[in-house]
Amino acid sequence: MPAARKPTPDELLQQVEAEERTARRGRLKIFLGYASGVGKSFRMFDEGRRRKMRGQDVVIAATQPVTAPETADLLKNFEVIPSPADAAGPAIDVAAVLRRHPEVVLIDGLAYHNPPGSKNAERWQDVEELLSAGINVITSINLQYIKEKQKQVEAIRGKTVQDSVPEAFIRTADELELVDAAPEYCVSHSVEGLSADPQPLQRQLSELREIALVLAADVVDHQLEDYLRAQGISQTYGTHERILVCITPRSNASVMIRRGRRQADRFHGELYVVYVQQDQLSAGDQATLDQNLAAAREANAHVEVLHAEDAVGAILDFAARNRITQIFVGHSQQGGLLNRWKPNPVERLIMDADGIDVRVFPHN
Amino acid sequence: MTAKRHGRLRILLGYAAGVGKTYKMLEEAQELKREGRDVIIGYFEPHGRKDTIAKIEGLEVVPRRIIEYRGREFEEMDTRAILERHPEICAVDEFPHTNIPGSDRAKRWEDVMVLLEAGISVITTMNIQHLESLNDQMRQITGVHIRETIPDWVVNQADEVVLVDLPPRALLNRLQRGVIYETEKAHRALANFFKEPTLAALREMALRQAAHEVEVHHEVSAPPENPERVLIHVTESPAAVALIRRGKRVADYLGAECFAVAVKPSPDAAQLDRHLEFARRLHIETRVLESRNPAEALVDFARRNGVTQIFLSKPERRTVPFFGKRPLVMDVVRLARDRQVTVVAERRKAL
Repeated sequence: MPAARKPTPDELLQQVEAEERTARRGRLKIFLGYASGVGKSFRMFDEGRRRKMRGQDVVIAATQPVTAPETADLLKNFEVIPSPADAAGPAIDVAAVLRRHPEVVLIDGLAYHNPPGSKNAERWQDVEELLSAGINVITSINLQYIKEKQKQVEAIRGKTVQDSVPEAFIRTADELELVDAAPEYCVSHSVEGLSADPQPLQRQLSELREIALVLAADVVDHQLEDYLRAQGISQTYGTHERILVCITPRSNASVMIRRGRRQADRFHGELYVVYVQQDQLSAGDQATLDQNLAAAREANAHVEVLHAEDAVGAILDFAARNRITQIFVGHSQQGGLLNRWKPNPVERLIMDADGIDVRVFPHN
Repeated sequence: MTAKRHGRLRILLGYAAGVGKTYKMLEEAQELKREGRDVIIGYFEPHGRKDTIAKIEGLEVVPRRIIEYRGREFEEMDTRAILERHPEICAVDEFPHTNIPGSDRAKRWEDVMVLLEAGISVITTMNIQHLESLNDQMRQITGVHIRETIPDWVVNQADEVVLVDLPPRALLNRLQRGVIYETEKAHRALANFFKEPTLAALREMALRQAAHEVEVHHEVSAPPENPERVLIHVTESPAAVALIRRGKRVADYLGAECFAVAVKPSPDAAQLDRHLEFARRLHIETRVLESRNPAEALVDFARRNGVTQIFLSKPERRTVPFFGKRPLVMDVVRLARDRQVTVVAERRKAL
């Protein structure tokens, strides 16, 4: 049955607090690009222009030092609040924006370290202040400036950037809009800081693009999950593949974890590994299990040891809580074709897994 | 390798009506024209949207072809006229469209294939819900069974898939302002399809599909170390269609070879043949075995052909487990302990 679960009191409280926060707070919209030159600034100011046409009070609080000609044309439409006169570098005049209190403020470039003497160290903290004051903010950022993605991006670009914004802040956005373009578009629109050679450049760009698309998908997935949780809906949409590998000391765990990792990677999904502890294990089995759990952690899986009498029930319960889409188990060693009328645990798992695929693996 | 140059295919991928695919297509055509390229509009759907119609200005549009069907006139893309005009680039809206009977080809994507073969590059548009392998998940998310689908192998021919993104809230605002549909139609659309969580789920699928297409393109084409071979067990059961889609999707993602295998005699041979035909349309190789013991025949085939993974559909739930006839799945699971067996469950509507 599609379950409409009653929210717990804690969930209700969280929900009420979240609603109160959003009622006061300005809305944050972020345009995310995978490289400079994809057209974020243009899209952002174009949205500002359309909002202005619909009668909203829109001002600009920050522009980029270099702008494309189409973007420069758009800028003429707006009132601009300049950087503070005494600022030693690019900065938003937060006090001036608060005094002016527009309905919407446009900030091109979220990832800036503020010059010395500023109230906040980072521009995203300025944005936070404006949002708290009830001002809606529309801003832009490139993938390379998201802190948690920087290692990955640096490995591709071979170049380090100083400024950064935590991913957690990006995730607070009410709306995240991905500005996508084919890599060759960026090649023809001169992207700085990347390989000048067209072939490797294309490759670098498409790797960055993949990361940005997956990040946007993950943000959407979290928002969707929050919504479903708030509504007390426990069923999954299956938009995000989540693979659960169930291991025992007897199963061919290394193959299962490897296959699970590969499948999760191919689907840009998540990997979980669980062991259900029922009895005390022999010293040998315990050592094997510990090895397998270590391998699971190495493979970047979410690892958990569950304690339960009923292994099938425990696995299905874990699967429901974590919105699992596929379960990997080892073939059962119980029940040959002689006593084929009695279902073994694997067969019970197959029958009871609702809306979840079950993949059964051979032992060695 | 053919000597003649094949046109390039570029797909603008969206997740719902109104995200701006047609607008983006025309914008790109305008930009190409400014760059001095020979670009024309082969087909576009104005949907009565002012912004979109304004974007067509100055572009050459090939008039539609009138086709008479059951005493009424319908308009379709005039593929013959486009071939005659033979531009460098042609913009074609609504890639998954089904042509009216009497057209040269059943599907617009088949028309596009003809243009590409003639060396004409094509920019086209589609929504994620029309991708064949996602059909069951789409029904689960939206509650709607989408009949107009494009096989994945067609989409995989694209040189580029570019996402046209718009957050659901912004899309709903547009819808309410009547930008997308006229008002009455909007109310109906809002009630069914255009709910924020539904749109968010569709958007997530589109983002992930675009990421997958990017990955496939920049991948070095070395095959995986131990390539998998997937066998999909095709039966006359209605569940077979979803099983074929899911098995093919997993096989594609894993870079595995894929067979669809049926065992005859079947209680409904005609239905079984339709399912085999469906598998062939998705570019899956099919085989038919003859045996009174289907479980044994399947496992035997798997062993002889180096199949690593057998895909089966989950049997219908019974009140008393295994009372009466034991499900074939369970026999295969017990017989094939030296193989991987994947049992695919039915996806039901979520909300």
